[in-house]
Amino acid sequence: MNYRLLYFASLCDAAGCAGETISSNAPDARALYAELAARHGFAFTPDRLRVAVNGAFTGWDTRLADNDEVVFLPPVSGG
Amino acid sequence: MEPPWRCGVRLVWQPLRKQRDSRGMASTGPSVFAISDRPIDVTRLRSELESHAAGAAVCFEGRVRDHNDGRAVHGLSYQAYVELAEAEGARIVAEAHDRYAVERIVCVHRIGELALGDVAVWAGVSAGHRGAAFDACRYVIDEVKARVPIWKREHYVEGASEWLHPGA
Repeated sequence: MNYRLLYFASLCDAAGCAGETISSNAPDARALYAELAARHGFAFTPDRLRVAVNGAFTGWDTRLADNDEVVFLPPVSGG
Repeated sequence: MEPPWRCGVRLVWQPLRKQRDSRGMASTGPSVFAISDRPIDVTRLRSELESHAAGAAVCFEGRVRDHNDGRAVHGLSYQAYVELAEAEGARIVAEAHDRYAVERIVCVHRIGELALGDVAVWAGVSAGHRGAAFDACRYVIDEVKARVPIWKREHYVEGASEWLHPGA
């Protein structure tokens, strides 16, 4: 399946891009993050991140569908 | 891919939120959360709070400070996941309406490059009485800082810069 990833803040720096489309067999966000963390050297463990799929917060075990927009959100620092 | 935080001008007023007037009736005054990549026009936002039912208006301005955690800072960059930030911000504004007897709420957060003294976030609340206005304004700014997907990068006087990810 193809997933559209967006990266923000230090994850953007680590990935070296603001987003990418990847082909993956990961069935859920947890598996997808493990794959991306290995590829890009993301330092965050999943317990420090939140997940959003297609613009809405969701859980790590939500099954992903082809062409989903998936975002792993590092701890926020607005204000 | 163009970074999402540079995609055009963003100042999107959310759809009108149901509000309650002083008699508990629903009214249609605008309450707003928006992400903006342009300087925040404080005067314009204050005018959005006007309501003849409001005897109080409380505003909070978050400004860029020249130091943090013992390091001298000369500027900040803010980045947001705009779609989700605006949705989560709108939820926070709606929650504040449910919790406090307020008339109008406006909150705008900047993204992009900010200099010392620039307004990074502005939150304003009008209400019948000052207690609800202070409480709701505090609620909005606290929840925005904790929940909305916005990140700041500090640029230090000595040359380095870092994204802030609290809770490490």
